[in-house]
Amino acid sequence: MAATNNIIKGLVEKYGRERTSLMPILQAIVEQNNYLSDYDMTEIARELDLSAAQVYGTATFYSFLDTTQRGKYVIRVCKTISCDMHGKKLILQTIENMLKIKTGETTQDKKFTLLETNCLGWCHKGPSMLINEKVYSDLTPENTHEILAEYMSK
Amino acid sequence: MSELVQRVDLIFGEYSDQKYKTLQETINRQNEDIIKDILDSGLRGRGGAGFPTALKWKFTMEQPGEEKYVICNADEGEPGTFKDREILTKVPRKVFAGMAICGKVIGAKKGYMYLRGEYKFLLPDLLKEIEVYNEHAKEIGIDFTIEIRMGSGAYICGEESALFESMEGKRGEPRNKPPYPTVSGYLNKPTVINNVETFVNVLMICRIGPIQYRKLGTLDSRGSKVFSVSGDCPKPGIYELELGMPLTQFVDEFGDGDTKAVQVGGASGFCVPRKKFKETIIGFEGVPTGGSMMIFNSSRSMYNVLHNYLEFFEEESCGQCTPCRVGCQQLRKGIEAVKRGEKPVIYLDQLMKLSETMKITAKCGLGQSVANSFSSIVSNFKEEMIY
Repeated sequence: MAATNNIIKGLVEKYGRERTSLMPILQAIVEQNNYLSDYDMTEIARELDLSAAQVYGTATFYSFLDTTQRGKYVIRVCKTISCDMHGKKLILQTIENMLKIKTGETTQDKKFTLLETNCLGWCHKGPSMLINEKVYSDLTPENTHEILAEYMSK
Repeated sequence: MSELVQRVDLIFGEYSDQKYKTLQETINRQNEDIIKDILDSGLRGRGGAGFPTALKWKFTMEQPGEEKYVICNADEGEPGTFKDREILTKVPRKVFAGMAICGKVIGAKKGYMYLRGEYKFLLPDLLKEIEVYNEHAKEIGIDFTIEIRMGSGAYICGEESALFESMEGKRGEPRNKPPYPTVSGYLNKPTVINNVETFVNVLMICRIGPIQYRKLGTLDSRGSKVFSVSGDCPKPGIYELELGMPLTQFVDEFGDGDTKAVQVGGASGFCVPRKKFKETIIGFEGVPTGGSMMIFNSSRSMYNVLHNYLEFFEEESCGQCTPCRVGCQQLRKGIEAVKRGEKPVIYLDQLMKLSETMKITAKCGLGQSVANSFSSIVSNFKEEMIY
């Protein structure tokens, strides 16, 4: 916990104690820990002099600010129409089979989380997905297999 | 490209030979003259709503007070739209120059770009370019700095007042209007918020002049537009074309020969069936678009397309107002029930009424525009909804 406290203190120092600093702070924690724990949110609330409910309310509004533990690599497969038409289902199946989890789940070793997401803005190169912030487009079951195998060996 | 469809090279054209040359020339001009040029150019916002840019700037300029803001809306989330990503990748400098011109005109010292979380991979390059801008601004004596704020995966934050809420560290829930952003925007201060492409258009108007700019497009839709073309198309991608083109021409150029329908303006836009291609103009006098053009051929089920849109809206609705929160769910459940035969066909008319109710009662553009795709798909492809 002491380590987390230091991280939060550092972020508050960097971004300030204004309400406008809340999003950058939440985003920075998610970048480091892949999710926001209850402890993180209460600590941030204390530092910014907000109620924990305000911090929780803000965090849970945004789909990229996870409040449940996620894997080290969060895979988000685009499910919006263009990607859906061009074979998103096969991509999801490929990943599910390789990781042996269902969409929405995290692997036991906490290395991968598989999610669906709305339009990523790669409609002309669908299907597409994000692994953390990196984009992969023009996916086929074959190249998805290759991409994921590389992450699995990391 | 065929002869009918001419590509334009305005937005993506090369930078001027000197860094921020147009900006430097423009800052010495009178604010009123700049606004007059933009007004004469006929430029309307490129995010989809099409509000005249010059008026937005003029209203904000006329507001009293020292503290004003310029915000670039780079929260491009409309399904089928990806042109802002391309603009920010290829010509970010033009965007920042456009923002700086706005800052000078309205009297703002601070500009922000709100970039969607999905585009975080663009951040390192954009930050480098901002550093170049900020340094150059200091050199030529412009008191206007730019920063980037990130979104975190919420479509609704592309709605201007939801975007302000998000930047203020709150849930991205749209505000009541009025007051409009020109009076009370970010931190309740007068704010100009424009789409990425709009700022580039302003810069180009300042460079080539309104007369040259007006030569592109039609009476109601001046200038060029960056289109994001996807779906059943042999050459999907980004195309900068003149506004005001008939949809037939577009389909001849981009369709695969078997085009059944085109969704113009994304999930919140309109679905145009084949029989109406001829009479439909792409532009403000016909079907407006923020750039999204999704093409469907006859192998696609329009029921699946609509179902996908409704799931999208259901998830992205902020949940603040009842018409949108409950309406999106009920529309989805309703078409599922009709498809399964649990509800009679006339139930579709009930659902159409519901979508019309959402149009007049929802708090923001999200809930109001669900009816666009819903009624245009249900009325044109009724048999696909049933069988």
